[in-house]
Amino acid sequence: MIDVDIDERLGAFRLEVAFKADAPIVGLFGRSGAGKTSVVNAIAGIGRPSRGSIRINGDVLFDAAAGIDLPPERRRVGYVFQDALLFPHLDVRSNLLYGQRLRAPGERFIEESRVVALLGLEPFLHRRPRTLSGGEKQRVAIGRALLAQPRILLMDEPLAALDVPRKVEILDYIERLRDELAIPIVYVSHSVTEIARLADTVVVLSDGRCVAVGDVDEVMGRTDLRPATGRYEAGSLVEARVAAHDREYELTTLVFDGGALHVPQLDAAVGERVRARIRARDVALATERPAAISVLNVLEGRVASVRDAPGPVADVQVAVGAATINARVTRRSLRELRIQRGQPIFALVKAVSFDERSLGYTRGGSA
Amino acid sequence: MQGPTPEEIEILALSLRVAAVSVACSLPFAVFVAFGLARASFPGKTLVDAIVHLPLVLPPVVVGFALLVLFGRHGPLGSLLDRWFGIVIAFRWTGAAVASALMGFPLMVRAIRLSIEVIDRRLEIAARTLGGSPTWVFASVTLPLALPGIVTGTLLSFARGLGEFGATITFVSNIPGETQTLPLAIYTYTQVPGGDAQALRLSVIAVVVSTAALAASEWLTRRATRAHGDDRR
Repeated sequence: MIDVDIDERLGAFRLEVAFKADAPIVGLFGRSGAGKTSVVNAIAGIGRPSRGSIRINGDVLFDAAAGIDLPPERRRVGYVFQDALLFPHLDVRSNLLYGQRLRAPGERFIEESRVVALLGLEPFLHRRPRTLSGGEKQRVAIGRALLAQPRILLMDEPLAALDVPRKVEILDYIERLRDELAIPIVYVSHSVTEIARLADTVVVLSDGRCVAVGDVDEVMGRTDLRPATGRYEAGSLVEARVAAHDREYELTTLVFDGGALHVPQLDAAVGERVRARIRARDVALATERPAAISVLNVLEGRVASVRDAPGPVADVQVAVGAATINARVTRRSLRELRIQRGQPIFALVKAVSFDERSLGYTRGGSA
Repeated sequence: MQGPTPEEIEILALSLRVAAVSVACSLPFAVFVAFGLARASFPGKTLVDAIVHLPLVLPPVVVGFALLVLFGRHGPLGSLLDRWFGIVIAFRWTGAAVASALMGFPLMVRAIRLSIEVIDRRLEIAARTLGGSPTWVFASVTLPLALPGIVTGTLLSFARGLGEFGATITFVSNIPGETQTLPLAIYTYTQVPGGDAQALRLSVIAVVVSTAALAASEWLTRRATRAHGDDRR
């Protein structure tokens, strides 16, 4: 359980954030300048809130009223920075062991061999940080933070400096450590794809305030948060299970409460949980079941709500079983098809609109 | 030209000893002052900065004279040292080391300060979150990263000490075997008729030693920089 309730003044910027979250991965989401980094800095003990308290699993790290302010080295908070910040004068192995050596043997519950295997660090243990690629550096930084035996891992935009293939790679590693090490993670990002793939609980920040806290599906689906989340990134999340693989066409079938989804082949076993994100602009609507169409996913549902504000686009929420799928269509289509709340509707999603970053595994997750 | 005479070796050994002791004793203070100037903000920082740099701009004779007034046997600090610890530095080789340390101090502080200022402070923050106390982080991150500056500063100050003349001759005079370092010996020979040949021989030794110190500085700096950089080993 992460319990943060702080006020902090940083120049002209005021941070007034309060939230409680209890999940394997808590996403801290907001646009740049929303105060995300200030919040994780406060948890890590960098910076000094003027009021409030910070508790992790009941342990008080900071309490202004009680005069408690643990220094960073006594908080046992692992911090993964945007740009790795490896020690340039030490080789990879010495970087990894920097924190572990400072912990008493009795406090060590994560072993070096385990971290090295989990993050695939064996090939460059004896190299200098400067010779590593961005993705490799970030993996070492994650390993270094883990070996300091933290009670929580803070990751501040760990993918921001990486190219797309490296992002996918690190996302896989983060999911592996969530599933295998059971350390709560606070994941900071301004990217909906990353948050939607990884986070279970989302905290949305805007202008130094917390504007929403809740389950990732619910929060990311809310249209009233668009000013904080960004309009172009609207979408919805579907928690599904792998049902079958089609070897011939290299497709994977996912089943969820409202039906089946065909997506490009996934490296996951049948029965595994998968979270799929569907961008609203990738969803088309039809009032009757289309025939002779290339779109593989035709989901039958009911219009749950229509948001018909001035402008070229309109947002439609479609209830498909227990899931909700957001669709973004033109206001003209809305009129011409006479789409109204409550009516039956077909949501069409192209299989190719799913990419690696929009599909995440939730092995043993809390979904 | 024949090899160095025993007398010349004695002069050289004394010079090296004076310079080495002066550097060894001033290094901890230089690191402390450089760190304070690079990182801390305190009232009077500009004044401290100016005082540290004073030996660089003052005539060395003035520094030597100030030392003589303060640390002379009857000076306020000199008499205290003598009474409490029985230490006398005026007109001793230790006094020459003090003079040379003072003259080299600004060079040392500048080099170390520059290298501390370019360290990414977030590396230290990262080290703190990994469990390092401020002292440990200083020893395990800040100092190693400042090593190129420490090496450069030390050798600059060492070379400056080998060449120190004005402050030394004013403070500890020119006593053969006790305070007569290379520059002082060269000066002495130029003042006696027919001493030019001797002065020339000593000058050659001075050139060789100074060049060696510079080369060593280059080599050490490159090694220290490389340790931070790529993977050649």
